[in-house]
Amino acid sequence: MVFQTIWFILVTVLFIGFFFLEGFDYGVGILLPFLGKKDEERRAIINAIGPFWDGNEVWLITAGGALFASFPQVYATLFSGFYLALFLILLGLIVRGVSFEFRSKLESSSWRNFWDWMNFLGSFLAALLWGVAVGNLIRGVPIDEKMYYHGGLLGLISVFTLIAGITFVLLFAYHGANFLSLKLDGEMAERAKATARKLWIWVVIFAVIFILWSLFGTPYFTKGAVPGLSFLAAALAAISLLISGFRAMQGRSGCAFFWSALTIVFATVMVFAGLYPRIMISTLNPAWSLTISNASASQYTLKTMTIVAVILVPIVLLYQIWTYRVFKDRISTKSEMEY
Amino acid sequence: MNVLTLSRWQFAITTIYHFFFVPLTLGLSILVAIMESKYVSTGDEMYKKMAKFWGRLFLINFAMGVVTGIVQEFQFGMNWSEYSRFMGDIFGVPLAIEALLAFYLESTMLGVWTFGWNKLSKKTHALTIWLVAIGSNLSALWILIANSFMQEPVGYKLENGRVLLTNFKAVFSNPNVWVQFPHVLTAGITTAGFFVLAFSAYHLLKGTKDVEFFRRSFKWGAVYGLIGVILVIIIGHIQGQHLTRTQPTKMAAAEALWETEDPASFSLFAIIDTKAQKNPVDIKIPGFLSFLVYNKFNGEVKGIKDLQKEYEAKYGPGNYIPPVKTCYWSFRLMVGFGLLMLLIAIIAIPYAKRDPSEIPRWFLKLSVWSVFFPYLANTFGWMLTEFGRNPWIVYGLLKIKDAVSPNLAPGTVLFSLLMFAIVYGLLMIADVYLLVRYGLKQGPEGAVSEGY
Repeated sequence: MVFQTIWFILVTVLFIGFFFLEGFDYGVGILLPFLGKKDEERRAIINAIGPFWDGNEVWLITAGGALFASFPQVYATLFSGFYLALFLILLGLIVRGVSFEFRSKLESSSWRNFWDWMNFLGSFLAALLWGVAVGNLIRGVPIDEKMYYHGGLLGLISVFTLIAGITFVLLFAYHGANFLSLKLDGEMAERAKATARKLWIWVVIFAVIFILWSLFGTPYFTKGAVPGLSFLAAALAAISLLISGFRAMQGRSGCAFFWSALTIVFATVMVFAGLYPRIMISTLNPAWSLTISNASASQYTLKTMTIVAVILVPIVLLYQIWTYRVFKDRISTKSEMEY
Repeated sequence: MNVLTLSRWQFAITTIYHFFFVPLTLGLSILVAIMESKYVSTGDEMYKKMAKFWGRLFLINFAMGVVTGIVQEFQFGMNWSEYSRFMGDIFGVPLAIEALLAFYLESTMLGVWTFGWNKLSKKTHALTIWLVAIGSNLSALWILIANSFMQEPVGYKLENGRVLLTNFKAVFSNPNVWVQFPHVLTAGITTAGFFVLAFSAYHLLKGTKDVEFFRRSFKWGAVYGLIGVILVIIIGHIQGQHLTRTQPTKMAAAEALWETEDPASFSLFAIIDTKAQKNPVDIKIPGFLSFLVYNKFNGEVKGIKDLQKEYEAKYGPGNYIPPVKTCYWSFRLMVGFGLLMLLIAIIAIPYAKRDPSEIPRWFLKLSVWSVFFPYLANTFGWMLTEFGRNPWIVYGLLKIKDAVSPNLAPGTVLFSLLMFAIVYGLLMIADVYLLVRYGLKQGPEGAVSEGY
């Protein structure tokens, strides 16, 4: 069980990395058509995440691969069960991914406008649907005794899971606005700050509903092994969001970004701690849930992967941090953007 | 159509499409890295221009490879959940390592390379594109380690209807990896060589003010393509010998060899009747198949009929014959385009040393069209590899029909299949349009830029 727990934690860490980093990328994509009025402004916004977004997206690919390697039964049930949701996420990620490379390759303003909206659509769809997916993990889904999901796409949609989805969209947009306040210059930075301030209150409203409903309104979520940790993380997420908002009001965008990042970190911990040791809760019968023991890979595989992860993850962190140092300067509309 | 058929179509379409972009990434990343290193060591601005011009086409191609790659990872769980349950203990490991070791490196460093021309020292900047090249090719290695287990399972045990990993080193050093990976790597080099050759030939043909730029690029493409195509043929030959031992049904189907023969003859052209299990028309070179397999003009090569009997005895009743016509023609077309590229590269080398005006126009035209040949050869190669494994998804262990997700509705998969086809089709138009615009309509002068 030790290695199963280690991998549960590692998968959590990978999802934290994914939501924290892709969170602001999605947020920037969602804000792009609204914050950028002119072409140079939109370029500046895209260039703010230009060097990073692809490396950030790898956190998702790694989280998926790690889930496959450590809990193959979860990977199989989750991905086949949430088929249409994941398919729509894939479409979103495809149009968003190519929009970065394609948008400035032609002078035509309708071409650029089209790809900017594709970036928006892809980011929005991915953020919304990841939220819906997480909402379903919290609520539980109909899984039978053979680990098969029964419910289709509509089974994933409920008021609660939609609130989870909207919370993700708002939180990522707010996080992205904080990131842009840090990375942009002059009037653009002011606009990003103003957007963050406007978004914040909506994030608070939805996040509070989402957290309270998760902890008190769902039948199975906090029935795991460490519910206390989940409650603690929820409280810390709420406090972080409050501090972040106050910092944003003061115009301290660096602090605001730091605390919105922590909000995402603690919210992710809340979700995974509430689930542990289950990963997918069955609403048909709690005994049919997929847990770290009945869904995991063999001890040998987990041991092998632990060695690999212990060596490689710190190296990845080091060179990703290095890239943020290389591109630490603020970007203005006068920066070099000859593309 | 049922979920199995639809899922197979979806996987086939998305995989073939994904692999339009992969080989160029593998080969061109190395070539651009060499160009930039040459710039760093000689200070010759021409090499910097080359790295930027070909680097921009590389970026357009790379973006398509990335977004279509995520689809591949997700599909194992989405459409092939029973495969994922059966194989997760083994297949997930190289997949996760691929992400940790390779995807992070290539994606992160490519961002730095694209935006870092004025932020880093020349040497550090050149290092980043080398890291991209290493990352890309490492990712090919790890996904082929995963694929090789499906071709030739090693280092595992069967327990409760699942394969469990028992020896990680054996999975890594799977003999199939070390013929398949070099074959894919050199196919990538070939693809990049012919890509550069063809685009340069177009400019030389149409007339350009950057004659020296494209003359030099033409030469680089020819040399790189020649090295690639020679190696890919030699390694392919060794791989064929390996597969005859490990997947005899694949190679018998690739030869449409119904009866066991000794010495075995090589078929050049056959009309195949799969119902009657014979070839009404068959033009053969006596003894040459034995030579290909054993390096001598005799030696037994097992035919399809005998293998079917053998496999029925071993695995129970069933059809163990892969689609013979598909395998036979995929193999011949792959080899045919390979040999054609060898010929073109050999002719191109002496021309590349001369003044471009001395290169005959017919050859420049042929060089332009040759851009399609590596893509065709790559696709047919994978068709042989994957169709030839039929009916197995994991050779000898799991059949394709037992691997598909059981709880999907046909309408759902039909919807995703059609949407993928439409979106991929539109993206291909946009991609080709941009490659034409930036690779053919425009010279290197516009390429000295960065950012989005």
